[in-house]
Amino acid sequence: MLTSFGIINYLSAQSGPWWKVFYDFTSLTKNIDASLHNTMSPFWTTVTELVIVGVLFILFYAVIGLFLVYAERKVCAFIQNRLGPNRIGPYGIFQTVADLIKLLFKELIPIKNADHFLFNLAPYIVIIVNFMVLAAIPYALGLHAIDLNIGIFYVIAVSSMSVIGVLLAGWSSNSKYSLLGAMRSGAQIVSYELSVGLALATVVVLAGSMQLSVIVEGQRTGWFIFKGHIPAVIAFVIYIIAGTAETNRGPFDLAEAESELTAGYHTEYSGIKFAFFYLAEFINMFIVASIAATIFFGGWMPLHFGANNGFNRIMDFIPPVIWFFGKTFFLIWIIMLFKWTFPRLRIDQLLTLECIGYGIYSPHGLAFLVINF
Amino acid sequence: MEEKVKDTGTEEKQDYIINIGPQHPSTHGVMRLVVSLQGETVKYVEPHLGYIHRGIEKMCESLTYPQIIHLTDRMDYLSAHINNEVFCLAVEKALEIDIPDRVKVIRTLMSELTRIQSHELFWASYGMDLGGQTCFFYGLRDREMVLDIFEETTGGRMLVSYNCPGGVMYDLHPNFQKRVKEFLTHFRKVLPEYDEILTNNVIFHERTVGIGPLLREEAISYGITGPSGRASGFSCDVRKHEPYSAYDRVKFNEVLYTEGDAFHRYLARVEEMRESMNIIDQLIDNIPEGPYAVKMKPVIRLPEGEYYQRVETPRGELGVFIISDGNKTPYRVHFRTPNFANLSVLNHLVKGFKIADLISIFGSLDYVIPDIDR
Repeated sequence: MLTSFGIINYLSAQSGPWWKVFYDFTSLTKNIDASLHNTMSPFWTTVTELVIVGVLFILFYAVIGLFLVYAERKVCAFIQNRLGPNRIGPYGIFQTVADLIKLLFKELIPIKNADHFLFNLAPYIVIIVNFMVLAAIPYALGLHAIDLNIGIFYVIAVSSMSVIGVLLAGWSSNSKYSLLGAMRSGAQIVSYELSVGLALATVVVLAGSMQLSVIVEGQRTGWFIFKGHIPAVIAFVIYIIAGTAETNRGPFDLAEAESELTAGYHTEYSGIKFAFFYLAEFINMFIVASIAATIFFGGWMPLHFGANNGFNRIMDFIPPVIWFFGKTFFLIWIIMLFKWTFPRLRIDQLLTLECIGYGIYSPHGLAFLVINF
Repeated sequence: MEEKVKDTGTEEKQDYIINIGPQHPSTHGVMRLVVSLQGETVKYVEPHLGYIHRGIEKMCESLTYPQIIHLTDRMDYLSAHINNEVFCLAVEKALEIDIPDRVKVIRTLMSELTRIQSHELFWASYGMDLGGQTCFFYGLRDREMVLDIFEETTGGRMLVSYNCPGGVMYDLHPNFQKRVKEFLTHFRKVLPEYDEILTNNVIFHERTVGIGPLLREEAISYGITGPSGRASGFSCDVRKHEPYSAYDRVKFNEVLYTEGDAFHRYLARVEEMRESMNIIDQLIDNIPEGPYAVKMKPVIRLPEGEYYQRVETPRGELGVFIISDGNKTPYRVHFRTPNFANLSVLNHLVKGFKIADLISIFGSLDYVIPDIDR
């Protein structure tokens, strides 16, 4: 109620039409904050804001998850000469909702001899890590939960924590398939963090800051993939490969490896707990794509060339939210194409690939870092 | 959790033993592999059979010869027509019947179509075993066209039961030639796509080249036949060495490689599809006129004696051994099935490779489990 009060306040104070809000969320959020401060003490203001943001993120998480599952099924159907889901709702868009309801009502099968505390904890760790990363991403101008001054560092640090959930799941299931999957996943995520870190460091040097909002602002005169020349392109390719590997997807889905380990680390999970892992994988893909979009493709920043000209002003007419999600979903689409085209790598080949990538990239990347300083 | 496996010596307790199967996505049926691991490396594999044993050979002893044909379908369901054919050839050999030319050509055409659809399914499932799920849909899409041709002529899609002693059950459907030509045109167009998505893929090369190499001598001593044996340089094509039906009047190459790894076992099958298309090309316009079956006696009795006939199925050499005591049912029937012999080499091939390679090697040998158990 209070929120809507704030929005009404804000909208009535606006001079332009209501949809102007899509171009700049800063004054909207400031307005809500101010109106909450007017009605309650600072402590309760913080609590209320946390609740609002939490609810919004949970909704966002569910919607993005459901949409990505649907999109994946449609993309893979497109590649495989199939129609994909087409029964529930127009073009089957409610298929994933139906699936979710099914998973919610499914029986959670208790595993004998499993470590129940860790077994139940593991999916939540993966989900919580997802939320922590989602909070740091700038979705549009002013639509940003936390704008840390060490944004990229925070994202790398937090996203690598999801391996704990995966390892716990594999260990506590007390199943040999799960353990193999978890160990593979551990080796994979830990080693690919290096590449991700170096690829992102290139952009940190270009932008001169780790704060994500500053990085986006730095791309007002052109995205880093264009401004950074060859190093940025190489960094982008490395990042998208390493990022796919980190999400346990595509040709790097060794941790699940259906044809080898049946379902890898979540073999023993059922019902909604399985759905949590499944959802987390998709949100991870969204995170990787949105970070890539923010770092290399300007995030919510429209396509700009140079400082101030007609082309830039035309591009500015498209709201930043659309730019952000357009870029992100384009990258997600590329990641999906990987998955449905390539066969799977073997674990030692995966780690060798990482070594090769590291070997090629790290001298190059470090040299570039030095030149920029 | 620790499972006892016999004949493994004193270290059995330290082994990390994992059961692949009986229900597992990549065993393609009910097959159980007890795999001993050290980390990801396979120490040994022990295949456990019998999950789909139906006693086909024993059942044959109480059935008449025309009835047995319908059982042979159920052994290697992907080469149903060729299984029928071997039994009919054996019966015809025993009775010393001359088979009309038309029947020989029809049988050859059907056999080669069977080979193509079987290798297509191999291609599809091998891609899926290695994680490229799109291959499965491409392979099945094209296989469907062959199955439609079968359905039109024989009434069956997989288990065709088209042969009978003395010929085939019914004449070819009038559309047969047209449909086969359509399929060949289509398939010639899509085979390069197969190569693009799998054969020339870098990751696929990484996963198969040099994996599970089999020497020629080993292939001979283990009795590995079919494309798996020929990939090792073991010239074992029954169609070439002991031509049956119309194989003596067509020109085709025996696909031979010397490397013998998973990649060349795969390549041998893909190349065989091309050879099969050439064989069909040579015959499809030259189907002789004439009867499609010889008139047989209502009750077939083989003269007393022992008879053996072998043919080339998509997976290797299939032999049938019949002992007859002059009755309307055989005294004993034995099938020499290719998959059973090919399975014996599995443990030898996978030692020292990773668990992912086990799947790759298992897939490249193209097992059909009911054929192993019978």
